[in-house]
Amino acid sequence: MEELRKKNNSLNVVDRKLPTKGFHNKVSLSAFSLLFSELIQYTHRRVHNVKDFERRLADIGYNVGLRLLEYISWKEKATKRETEFERILHFISNTVWKMLFGKNARPEKSKQVAGRYMITEDETLVNKFISVPKDLAGLSCGSFVGGIVEGILYASEFLAKVTTHSVQVPENPRFPRTVILIELDKEVFEREAPQDG
Amino acid sequence: STQSTGDFRFLAPSMAARQTSNLAKVAENCWTKAPKINAELFTLTYGAIVWQLLKDNENIEDVNNQLEKMGYNIGLRLIDEFLARSNLGRCKDFRETAEVIAKVAFKMFLGVNASLRDSNDKEFVLILDDNPLTDFCELPESHKKSLAYCNILCGVIRGSLEMVQMRVECQLIKSILRGDEVSEIKVVLKEILKDEMPIGDD
Repeated sequence: MEELRKKNNSLNVVDRKLPTKGFHNKVSLSAFSLLFSELIQYTHRRVHNVKDFERRLADIGYNVGLRLLEYISWKEKATKRETEFERILHFISNTVWKMLFGKNARPEKSKQVAGRYMITEDETLVNKFISVPKDLAGLSCGSFVGGIVEGILYASEFLAKVTTHSVQVPENPRFPRTVILIELDKEVFEREAPQDG
Repeated sequence: STQSTGDFRFLAPSMAARQTSNLAKVAENCWTKAPKINAELFTLTYGAIVWQLLKDNENIEDVNNQLEKMGYNIGLRLIDEFLARSNLGRCKDFRETAEVIAKVAFKMFLGVNASLRDSNDKEFVLILDDNPLTDFCELPESHKKSLAYCNILCGVIRGSLEMVQMRVECQLIKSILRGDEVSEIKVVLKEILKDEMPIGDD
């Protein structure tokens, strides 16, 4: 057992055996929340305006998203890459969301603007234990999740501008709804167009 | 020695007959009851945080210190949750503290079993052969020797123990990411802090 482990550890990370069932599936929610809250505090110490704050969170999420795509595709035993935007949107809102947060998000397509889509979520898990101070009003820590979406889209060759917004919901004043706005890049949009014809 | 065992006088009745198997049961219970989240999200988020720190700081030693500091802040809050969830009272001595950290705390938060070696009244070494923080991770040659990737854990231990009146120093002495078989954290007891009564308490 020791020998196997030693051999495994000395191999290049991409040569090692992939974890099988029963590997670290879960960690406790508090571990993640504490880590995330510390990330927020670290970011708060470095930047003082909402835009930069959200950008930094989105960058972190981006890194996560880039790597998540391959892992989730392998886990879900996907047999081919998604090449149509609507399909990948559904993949993100259903499969990715289910795996990360245990529930689904709602994808929507904008009727007014072509190439604009939204993913809406009522109670974002990452925001659950975060309270926003007055000097950063309007900040949505859901930017982290928006970053994840951006990373996944980039890794699947769908260039898009992704922004995250917090919308107050009258029924649930303590937890605003998170809306992730996705605006497809012109070239992606043109690539998609013939299929609609 | 500046250590006084007088502070460990107060034993809750449930602690008197504690054994290792009992701790394992407590740990399993806490783990089962804890709400959980996908481990990869945790792993990747941590990786991205380290990436961010490396971008913000020129010096790798600064990154190590930042990680430890972040862990310290987390530890200050983690201990409350740990004590509330595990319902364990004060530890009899430092050796018992080591057992509780290895058997219960790591299980409760990270879902992994840690073990101990060389544990006595002054120090102990935690052995982690399984660590969600380092899954899928590889360090480039330039950072292998200098970056203490799991330093956040050292901080968490230091912060948590400080809140229960123990000042310790933690160091990552072995790391899977450097090619060792396991990761090891050495914890050395420096000082027992006197219980400060909050001002205004009668």
